[in-house]
Amino acid sequence: MKKHFSAFRPLRLLKYLFIKPLSLPMEDIFENPREAADNYRGFHVNDWEKCIGCTTCADICPTEAIIMVDRCEIEETDGNFAKRPTIDYGRCCFCALCVDICTTGSLSMSKEYLFNSPEGNDYYLMPTEKFLGKEARMGYQKDEHSDLIELKRVPMTHLHDSERKDNFLEIVKGYSKEMAIHEAARCVECGICSKTCPANMNIPEYIRAIWEEDFEDAIEQIYKTNPLPGVCGRICTHLCETACSLTQRGEAIAIRWLKRYIVDNAPKDIYEKVVMEQVSAEVGGKVAVIGSGPAGLAAAYYLKTIGYSVDVFEQKSLAGGVMRYGIAKYRLPDEAIDQDIKFIEKIGVNIKVNTKVDAAMLVKFEKEYDAVFTGTGFFNGRKIPMPGHDHENVIAAMDFLPAARDYSRGLTDKIDIHENVIIIGGGNVAFDVSRTVLRLQFEKYGKTNITMTALESEDMLPADVEEVIEGKEEGLHYSFAHGPQEIVIKDGKIKGLTIKKVESIFDAEGKFSPAYVGDEVLLEGTQIFMAIGQSPGYDYLGDYETKVNINRGKLEVEANGQVKGVDWLFAGGDIISGPDVITAVANGHNAAIGIDEYLTNK
Amino acid sequence: MREIKLFLGPQHPGMHGNTSVHMYVEGDIIVKSYLLPGMLHRGFEKGMENRTWVNNLALIPRICVVEPDINEMVFAMGIETLTGMEVPERAHYIRMIILELARISIHLMAYGGIGGPTGHYTMMYHAQADRNTILDIFEKITGHRIYHQYIVPGGVRKDFPKGIEKDIVDFLDDLASRYTEHRDLGIDNPTIKKRLDHHIMLPESVVWELGVTGVGMRSSVNKPYDLRKVTPYARYSEIDFHVPTSDYSDATCRVDIKLQEVVQCIGIIKQCLAKMPEGPVRTKLEGNGLRWKVPKGQVYSAVESSRGEFGYFIVSDGGTKPYRIAVRGASFPQGLLGVEKYLPGQRMDDAALWFDTMGVCSPEIDR
Repeated sequence: MKKHFSAFRPLRLLKYLFIKPLSLPMEDIFENPREAADNYRGFHVNDWEKCIGCTTCADICPTEAIIMVDRCEIEETDGNFAKRPTIDYGRCCFCALCVDICTTGSLSMSKEYLFNSPEGNDYYLMPTEKFLGKEARMGYQKDEHSDLIELKRVPMTHLHDSERKDNFLEIVKGYSKEMAIHEAARCVECGICSKTCPANMNIPEYIRAIWEEDFEDAIEQIYKTNPLPGVCGRICTHLCETACSLTQRGEAIAIRWLKRYIVDNAPKDIYEKVVMEQVSAEVGGKVAVIGSGPAGLAAAYYLKTIGYSVDVFEQKSLAGGVMRYGIAKYRLPDEAIDQDIKFIEKIGVNIKVNTKVDAAMLVKFEKEYDAVFTGTGFFNGRKIPMPGHDHENVIAAMDFLPAARDYSRGLTDKIDIHENVIIIGGGNVAFDVSRTVLRLQFEKYGKTNITMTALESEDMLPADVEEVIEGKEEGLHYSFAHGPQEIVIKDGKIKGLTIKKVESIFDAEGKFSPAYVGDEVLLEGTQIFMAIGQSPGYDYLGDYETKVNINRGKLEVEANGQVKGVDWLFAGGDIISGPDVITAVANGHNAAIGIDEYLTNK
Repeated sequence: MREIKLFLGPQHPGMHGNTSVHMYVEGDIIVKSYLLPGMLHRGFEKGMENRTWVNNLALIPRICVVEPDINEMVFAMGIETLTGMEVPERAHYIRMIILELARISIHLMAYGGIGGPTGHYTMMYHAQADRNTILDIFEKITGHRIYHQYIVPGGVRKDFPKGIEKDIVDFLDDLASRYTEHRDLGIDNPTIKKRLDHHIMLPESVVWELGVTGVGMRSSVNKPYDLRKVTPYARYSEIDFHVPTSDYSDATCRVDIKLQEVVQCIGIIKQCLAKMPEGPVRTKLEGNGLRWKVPKGQVYSAVESSRGEFGYFIVSDGGTKPYRIAVRGASFPQGLLGVEKYLPGQRMDDAALWFDTMGVCSPEIDR
């Protein structure tokens, strides 16, 4: 490979006489320091307003450089932990994985790369929006490509709207194994959901168990705080999902459906083994539970696991309370309630159905039992006191739903549904009523004609968004943002309901005081259902009613569930905290612990 | 004559990375030598087993400091084979541009490196100045100059920033215009040629014996064995380029082939820029980075690095962490075995040149 070069070759070097030097002058390095690229991964920047202290950055850090530090100046709320990340720049490798996985998008990196200090501790910094007291120049930020979080949830399969009208089949079909594992893999395990859940369920733990395909652990984690997972997996109000850290930029983990996946798919032998393992030896003590709703069953379950002998008294023929009678069947089928109750009975809880507790029995309970828990719920329907509300075809939701459920399970064949129906209310119960009426109407007449009206506008309704969408798909007519004025009755028959457009629901002081504008409009209909709330019944308290405090329909209790005024009586569920299944479960659990403490110290 | 023990490195201008050679010399002839790697990074393979697949993205570039992108590429390719992830078309071209820019940068660094042991620093300054421009380009694309963490399973981390194509083309044109100048300063310079010509031979028998690949092999056996041609990855099959070879592997020849490769790289990058389509650059991970699992299986993925065949043998047990990753360091044969067997017999002032022209990257050896 020998090359021969021309003798004139060195003459080429003459060109260097005219070329400027390549070296860069450094005189003004301090006045004009080198600017990093726009994408530079320098020191961190953290927007404290956006940051929720979810710890995900610390979890992914490959060098364990990120440590979460409690900050007392931050107010800890649902969906916001009072802690923020600090970074040890002695360890940090500036990989920006923390930025890519940040759930809120608060963390990014700056163009700042010059920092010098003789003190080692100075390299341990808590990033804010500033860097060394100055506004930081922003560098690397995540985009849709570098984002390490899947923001869309795995879609749930539903019955098509054309398949729904003529039956009470459950609409939500549930996740398959692949779907559930995929959905569980989105969870960053921050625990913000647990904090928000009224029962403080071990949500990250059971989602991790799904992801690890460990049903045994999943069930164990669930039953630590909730013995009604089949029910809650379907109709829980899922406050956890509204707090989920992924909602900051995307869709929350489908926590409710994942819980349901465990219950529906766990092998029955594993399920039974785990549930039975929870029961302790008898401790000698008898507790009566009035009402087999979620609060009563939760209290019974946890009392039994502690070792007490528990009798549950239910006035209806089936246990479950409002879950069994007050919720539409297509949302919560009997089989789901049966399964949860089966395991509660299996551990030795004695449920006595068709037994209505009255004042006389309660007096006996005081002597026969060591403590009594009551969770009788909001089982009475309420009506708006407006002209015509006492007509026989004006029906309260809680009078209708139990009858409809009995009808759908074949216990009765008597149910009166008109061809043209009006529903007043905008909550989940109102939709339960509307969509149940719709199915019964379709069965009877082959067509449907239902109009719903409520004070709130469609986007402000208290009901779940899915209910509104699915109701529309099924053919409900909506006249929302209108207030009912009068039920028009002619010759003893209802002709319709007059409504007026709502201008505002609350007055300047925030008090409930609807204001209307425009003319009255007549909604035609011959039957009206009112789903405007439920109320409790306390007849069974008898003489004790004078000893307890009832404030706006709710019993006043101590923190441990003990009813103020009667030390052996504990309460939970709707009658202390209003209608909500998961709160009822939490109350039941809390009261069980309270009863145990009470009996231990007695 | 008495045998003397000498240490070459880890602090030595001619030494590559933080590695060291223990030499026994008689006069100025090396009689015995062995390598002591691991002064800087080591234990990568074990380290990888203790980190999740995503966390490893921050660790693997460190296996070769000057050319980290090959690590990211083989890691990503292996995972893509196991998971069946599709890489978007644009990402393939971006990856090739990054890999070829890295190849130019390491060839320039190796070429400039000759300036150290030969006492000819000007060529090193010029080579490093050009490499610096490449690092500026990397900084704009990836956010960092050395450890890019840019090629990730499923594509690349971010799309090209606006206007970077012009920066790249400008740099390539500039480099091409000064190609002769680089040669004049280095291997066409008679003083350096005298040090390199017919020195530090790498005969064909040694290539086969040690398993040398890359420039070393091509310069010796006259066969265009290049993984970009033999088992094309990314979109190299759609690019027109030539693999320079030779049948006489002295130091000059190997350096010359490196410089010829730089010319080829310029062509490859320009073709990539012309062919690169618009579109997404990454297939998203399922779930999130903390819970990302790679299906059970094993795979060997390899790329043509500047020093030869560089590969990872990846075993996954279906979990979030690799079960085992073994690294085939491209310079392992000549760097470890060659030093013990074929460095003896050379003059001791050629030892640094031996490392330079063979292309040795020490973390590849003690990984």
